[in-house]
Amino acid sequence: MNGARRSPLFLPLIYVGGSIFGFGLAISGMARPEVVLDFLQFEDLGLLFVMGGAAVVTGITFAVATRGDHVAPLTGSSYTRRVKALDRNVVLGGSIFGVGWGLSGICPGAAYASVGIGNYPILWAVAGMFLGAYAQGYWRSLRSTDTEPVTETPSD
Amino acid sequence: MNAFVSLLALGDLFPRGVLPYLIGGLLVGLGAAVIYLATGIIAGASTFLESTLSYVSSVERFNRFKYVDSRGWRLVFTAGIVSGAAVYVLVSGSGIWTTDVQWWRLLGGGFLVGVGTRLGKGCTSGHGVCGVGSLSNTSFVSVATFLAVAIGTAQLVQAVGVVP
Repeated sequence: MNGARRSPLFLPLIYVGGSIFGFGLAISGMARPEVVLDFLQFEDLGLLFVMGGAAVVTGITFAVATRGDHVAPLTGSSYTRRVKALDRNVVLGGSIFGVGWGLSGICPGAAYASVGIGNYPILWAVAGMFLGAYAQGYWRSLRSTDTEPVTETPSD
Repeated sequence: MNAFVSLLALGDLFPRGVLPYLIGGLLVGLGAAVIYLATGIIAGASTFLESTLSYVSSVERFNRFKYVDSRGWRLVFTAGIVSGAAVYVLVSGSGIWTTDVQWWRLLGGGFLVGVGTRLGKGCTSGHGVCGVGSLSNTSFVSVATFLAVAIGTAQLVQAVGVVP
């Protein structure tokens, strides 16, 4: 993702992709915390089709694109899969995420989409997410100056 | 008769039908696929939090190269998500919609989501969509963990009578 090699179409394309992503989240109902909570309380299992349908599309896309030595046209980057190291932070972080998701019914992408459907109370959740991410980063910064530098793990 | 009963049970499991969920999911995947095919970027929604904090915070952790380098397009990606959802409101004629979930649940839940997604290396889109699509064991573990804990939490919240 070398900035100098980015096509002028890079940002417009990201915007279009994000719009499709957000449009899908709005249709699916995931932008409504009530729908997510209904799923988690086993009153409406439709959300399985949101994550499942999306993962099938990305799965096919990743499988096809990583075959051979193609590079992405707008950046020259090679196609990779999203594979991260498994450590206890994955389980700990996933558990904390789960408590938050189960309490509020919101997750990051769905929260942004919720802003788009005019759900202004969701700004409480957006504020909470920024505070949480800040607290986590601040705490980790403190910890990494005390002890050995924390091993960097790729994270997006 | 048995088939009829199981059909009824299926209707109970999907009171709003399946189609909006499925179409929505396919579009979420398509949005991620369009970005991936054009740029090679595997987009997740939660890194936006850290990359945007790099604009306003001097904490070293938020100012690492990968956040500063990507914060511009992540803003654009998130603006796309917001406006894509807004387009849905316009074309569907559904009107704007607001949640009844109480503010403290949104704020407190959001805080934990913010901590957890950063510690756990991803969220419902990063792990749940792109990681699972990559057949990543780490992402399967993450999804199984957050789903189980979220189900337990939501059931508990319901059991103690917090509504909405």
